[in-house]
Amino acid sequence: MIDFGYGITRSNRLNLDEADLTLARKMARREKSFGTCIGCGTCTAGCTAGHFTAYNPRKIQLMILNGQTENLKEDLEKCMLCGRCQMLCPRGISLRSLWSKLYRALDAPHKTPSVTRDIF
Amino acid sequence: MEERFSFDPFVLPFTIGMMFIIIYLSIAAGKVIYDLPSEDRKKFFRSLFSWRIFVSIKDIICECLLHVRIFRRNRVLGFMHMSIAFGWFMIIVLGHIEVKLYAPHRLNLPYFPIFFRYFMKETEQTMQGAFFFFIMDFFLLLIFIGIGMALYKRFNSRAMGMRRTTRLKMADRIALYTLWLIFPLRLLAESHTAEIAGGSFLTNTVGYLVGVVPEDYGRGFWWAYSISLGMFFFALPGSRYMHIPTEALLILFKNAGIRSRKKGDGVATAAIYSCSRCGICIDACQISSAARKPKDTAVYFIRQLREGDPAALKSAENCFMCGRCVQACPVGIDSIRLRQNVRELKAPKDQSDYSYLPAMDIGQADVLYFSGCMTRNMPSILYSMKKILKESGDNYLHMDASSTICCGRPMLLSGQIDAARAMIMKNTEIIRLSGARTLITSCPICYKVFCEQYSLQGVEILHHSQYIDRLIKEGRIEVEKSSLNVVYHDPCDLGRGSKVYKEPRRVIDAVATLTSIPSAIDKKKALCCGGSLANTALSEGSRRTVTEDAYKQLTASSPDVLATACPLCKKTFEGVSEGHSAVKDIAQIVVEAMVEKSPVPGKENSKNSSAHITA
Repeated sequence: MIDFGYGITRSNRLNLDEADLTLARKMARREKSFGTCIGCGTCTAGCTAGHFTAYNPRKIQLMILNGQTENLKEDLEKCMLCGRCQMLCPRGISLRSLWSKLYRALDAPHKTPSVTRDIF
Repeated sequence: MEERFSFDPFVLPFTIGMMFIIIYLSIAAGKVIYDLPSEDRKKFFRSLFSWRIFVSIKDIICECLLHVRIFRRNRVLGFMHMSIAFGWFMIIVLGHIEVKLYAPHRLNLPYFPIFFRYFMKETEQTMQGAFFFFIMDFFLLLIFIGIGMALYKRFNSRAMGMRRTTRLKMADRIALYTLWLIFPLRLLAESHTAEIAGGSFLTNTVGYLVGVVPEDYGRGFWWAYSISLGMFFFALPGSRYMHIPTEALLILFKNAGIRSRKKGDGVATAAIYSCSRCGICIDACQISSAARKPKDTAVYFIRQLREGDPAALKSAENCFMCGRCVQACPVGIDSIRLRQNVRELKAPKDQSDYSYLPAMDIGQADVLYFSGCMTRNMPSILYSMKKILKESGDNYLHMDASSTICCGRPMLLSGQIDAARAMIMKNTEIIRLSGARTLITSCPICYKVFCEQYSLQGVEILHHSQYIDRLIKEGRIEVEKSSLNVVYHDPCDLGRGSKVYKEPRRVIDAVATLTSIPSAIDKKKALCCGGSLANTALSEGSRRTVTEDAYKQLTASSPDVLATACPLCKKTFEGVSEGHSAVKDIAQIVVEAMVEKSPVPGKENSKNSSAHITA
């Protein structure tokens, strides 16, 4: 390819046949409202953490759907869980729940804590 | 009075049961106190030997015996609980007094006061004896009235002010029926010996009826009475009646100023075992009463915790953390804290430190205004606040004019303490650096966390309603009272959460007509708007149901404006307010009523006002 010194972003939808969609399926199961996202990007526009870094909730959604999960955790660590995205979301998606669940899913090796009885 | 016997085999079920329960409770209490963090344990023991013990004794009498809090909620329900608890207590106490008076050498036998009427014989009629016969029968009758009411409540709980009651499990049912059985069996047993041992209006009357039963069979009543007591003691540890002994311990903890900090610390355990599963929280919870999803209400959540049920991990999330259940709880269990404990247990170990946040120097000012994430989504509040701040003449700075660092409370509510701490540290740095002496926020969520989690000594933290109230009082802003009818909705984190009730009402009273709302949804009992950040399990549809229900209740009198003091409440209510009472923040209402001293310099608060200072 000729190097023009600039370029448009390469398509993220590389090869869905080979993409690992485990996380996408897991998240769709764990947070039902996730499936209703239309990718409008309002969350990104209002994101508190996004004011400081390139953190982009809309991009996270896309990366999950594309199966590009390598750097997801580092990205997600920037989230402050403030809930502005949820307050703004036109689809009424439980975004705080989604981010928490996603973080937990990526927090490897994650063991579900047990709720033990406290007396006998 | 004369002693007939000092022992009979029928006392065994009771005695064994009592020994079992005493050993069990001693070990359990020991474990609970041992589980306290050492600092709290010291506090606890110290409180036992201070004047606070008298407060505790008063509280134990008021709550464990007289059930004053339930009385305040519903008199019939309160009477039902009081009659059983207080009646039973008095029977035990009077039994011991009788032994002390008539057979003091038998006080060392634990069963003697309980089966006093079997072991003693009345030889001569005295006034004192008759008094005891009467008073024992009187308290037994009181208990019967209570049990009768409890039976009726099984079929018609609404008559006692409860729309829904707890669904009990088998262990609770067994304990409940045994408890109900104890008293009729006691009556039968005492009636059977009434002719020998003496009796009064209840025992004598029933005594005539059961007198036909031959002596040998009659002893069966005493056996049955003893067995029912023994069974109750054995059923106690697995049932909700553990609240009887544990509640006293919880009161002692509370008066020692100890609060739960993590799951499994003694206070949390005491709180879990203090739950009587009365179900009063079920009606208080809007997820149950409005959205009709009672399965994760405090009572069931606490039961899951007690049983070690992993479902608790999930139900801990299904809560607005609005505090209505805590307010309603007759035992005063802080179920919000219990949920928070589980959330913290669940939180990922590896939490963010927000090292990407830059060091921020916003300049110097006396007054800092922190709008917070939510207010930034509600520019109407932001502009109103800026106008008020400008009018006040204070040397103020908008702390998060260009970008906000979240206050940390949403992160805390998700259980990630370390991540929240990191944000708290960043914000504290900025506030300290500015040299401000007053910090104003227009978001109750931020206000609560500023007050509770930040160490900002020397900085006065104010919610904007408090600040506006002060400005009006000091005459620093001029307002004109309008004829608008305004209903005020207490945001959970401001009202129940931070106990700020007066100031917002005074502000509204100064600018409009404050319309009252039913006390069942006012102040401490205020409704949650349904938009709470704390719940990550409830669907949007159910949230909307809660919001619609709350809005309907609040605007029943069709006021012109539904005022609130929280950007999140405002946003949530606006979603359902179409065509009805408008939803406004109190800052907006004040600005509308404000008589400006200086001319408005157009759109002066433009983008470059990140370090906006007014003289």
